[in-house]
Amino acid sequence: MARPIATTLPLPFAIEPPVTATFEHSRPAACPACVALPDAAAIAPAPKDARLMLSLPTIHCGACISAVESGLNAHPGVREARVNLTLKRAMIDAAPDVTAEELIHVLESAGFEAHELDASQLAATEADRTARDLLMRLAVAGFAAMNVMLLSVAVWSGADGVTRDLMHWISAAIVLPAIVFTGKPFYTNAWTALRAGRLNMDVPITLAILLAVGTSLYETMHSGHHAYFDAAITLTFFLLAGRYLDYRTRAAARSAAQELTAMEVPRALKIVEGEPVQTNVSDLAAGDLVLVKPGARLPVDGIVTKGHSELDRSLMTGESLPAFVQPGTLVSAGEINLTGPLTVEVLAAGQDTALHRIADLVAVAESGRNNYTSLADQAAKLYAPGVHILSALAAIGWWLYTQDLRISLNIAAAVLIITCPCALGLAVPAVTTAASGRLFRKGMLIKDATAMERLAEVDTVVFDKTGTLTLGSPEPLGLDTLTGDEAQVALALADASSHPLAEAIADALTDQDVIPAELDEVEERPGYGISAIWKGQRVRLGRAAWVGTVAPDTTATFLQIGKGTPRAIRFSDHLRPGAAEAVAGLKARGLRVLLLSGDTKAAVAEFAARIGIDTAEAEVLPDQKAERVLDLARQGARVLMVGDGLNDTAALTAAHVSISPASALDAARVASDMVLLGKDLSPIADVFSTAQQARARIRENFTLATAYNVIAVPFAIAGLATPLVAALAMSFSSITVSLNAMRIR
Amino acid sequence: MNVLVILIPVSLFLGAVGLAGFFWLLKRGQFDDPEGDANRILSSDFDDKPKG
Repeated sequence: MARPIATTLPLPFAIEPPVTATFEHSRPAACPACVALPDAAAIAPAPKDARLMLSLPTIHCGACISAVESGLNAHPGVREARVNLTLKRAMIDAAPDVTAEELIHVLESAGFEAHELDASQLAATEADRTARDLLMRLAVAGFAAMNVMLLSVAVWSGADGVTRDLMHWISAAIVLPAIVFTGKPFYTNAWTALRAGRLNMDVPITLAILLAVGTSLYETMHSGHHAYFDAAITLTFFLLAGRYLDYRTRAAARSAAQELTAMEVPRALKIVEGEPVQTNVSDLAAGDLVLVKPGARLPVDGIVTKGHSELDRSLMTGESLPAFVQPGTLVSAGEINLTGPLTVEVLAAGQDTALHRIADLVAVAESGRNNYTSLADQAAKLYAPGVHILSALAAIGWWLYTQDLRISLNIAAAVLIITCPCALGLAVPAVTTAASGRLFRKGMLIKDATAMERLAEVDTVVFDKTGTLTLGSPEPLGLDTLTGDEAQVALALADASSHPLAEAIADALTDQDVIPAELDEVEERPGYGISAIWKGQRVRLGRAAWVGTVAPDTTATFLQIGKGTPRAIRFSDHLRPGAAEAVAGLKARGLRVLLLSGDTKAAVAEFAARIGIDTAEAEVLPDQKAERVLDLARQGARVLMVGDGLNDTAALTAAHVSISPASALDAARVASDMVLLGKDLSPIADVFSTAQQARARIRENFTLATAYNVIAVPFAIAGLATPLVAALAMSFSSITVSLNAMRIR
Repeated sequence: MNVLVILIPVSLFLGAVGLAGFFWLLKRGQFDDPEGDANRILSSDFDDKPKG
């Protein structure tokens, strides 16, 4: 979409831990991907092996892989290029003088969209190792569990005496080292929790494992009948599976979100001795002069010293009308320069910009949010103490009854194993993995683990207008009222400019098969319009004031032929595909839908009527947006905020749950819980049903796990739980829970 | 029952070989790009030696 992002905003809160997903498909968003990056690649840091990384959002098949790889390998200086289709990225090992920019050119001429990624942020990282580490532990646990089960089957089917002891000893020999290695994530978590004086799920898990292994070892030494080695290791296996799924879902979402951020490299063109030089935004200081090319985003707050142009302020304020700027106009970071080159004197950079003040608003809103308790936490809070009390009571009861510590400890271990939290450990991750997989295919990326649960509770939806419900790209109205000549002249003039309004006119007229008139002396005056000579008369297309008329309150441009009265060509914002369906779908679900926009009253009222939203507020300032969202929350509403602009970030953070389109500013994407990957807005209505299903499945899973416990715990307390019963209960509950999660659609 | 003396070590050994193989493949990055690998086998440019 038409939001070129050239330099990025120095946002202090836009930093997430860098994560690379190894086993998940992470499709870069359709939109930031199609964004132009004119200057970003010029200063590639030059380590010895320029290890470059490119994002290739459009590759999808084996033929693309070979085309990209052979294209890159043929480029001089490239030592090796390797495409990763799962992550849609290319990793390039090249000589230090090869820049990402030239490789992007190579790929673009081969027909592939490519963008530079910040390799230092995305390279194999800490988190990547964590995923591998979990997978390795999972593999060891699986190996040990299978072998021990094999031996246990012999015991269950009646092995006796020496044979049984032998089986137990071999099981012990496998399980002891395996459980020390595989259970480490649980032990460390449990230890951290205990040291902080809290209980979490890992405490009963660790206790169950230790007690089961301890008593089993004791039993084995004394030729006892029952050893729970198989149960202990299977428990670890199921729990690790849950942990790994959980981790993978989060890592995939974070990696994709990271990828979006990494795409925008913060650089600016500083003017040094009359020449523009690429500089990092963080190195700019007040008083520096910065050149901002058309299509680029302003990196700093400042004052225009040279040049005329128009600025797109919609991401900052929500205004859809481009603002005219000339020397002396104050501009702020985040606005996009549309027509002519501007020289801007820096007044404030980095932390001092208006942009950063909005970031402060977000920080304030964020502090109010972190009190959401997920279903998993609620369950853990009930479960952990309950299990401890239960097994302690069983142990005490048996000790009083038999005065035999060995029996009572055995019973305690059996109770801990039977109440095995593995179904609980799988209950949530299995569902979130299945649901986020489904949502990813629908084009929605879940960034936050609890976002789905929160979404299921939403009863009010607040939309932003510009850039969210609309594409932020104008659509000319009433072109068919132009006469044939006017249309031809308008097309010829519009063709000469890259201004968004001119481009919209040119596209629309070309679609109507208008043939451009022949013009002479075509000249564009940045910030004003285009003029030319047609059949001896001066023709102009441009701003109201320039052609000598009064500007209306909606977006419009004017066509003047000779000395005639200027004809207004009005524009309306292009509706985002699926926006009307999304709004209708949400209303059909009985949700309250509101529109909060920073745009003018006339534009907002007309738009709200067109899309069918009854409650609309116009000219809302960024902090008022957040305030309105908090107001709604105080009245008891659970608000979903959908927005894309900087003026929405505070509201996105303040809302119960938030969604931003991929075209949104990185700040907005970071502030929101979900990112919409495609242009289409219609998945939003679907997401609700998936989220509600996910919540229902999680609840069912908890019920299932509890039901198993209710049936099995009496057996364990009564001392009837043999290792076979434990193994059956554990496997059945884990498998039912996983199968139930798969039912999500 | 004497056969157990052979069978148990054999089963453990075979399992361990599988596990070691999995570790080796994981370290070599064989599971980094499942989708790409699925497509690469259809590619007509034949690699006569594996890439590093």
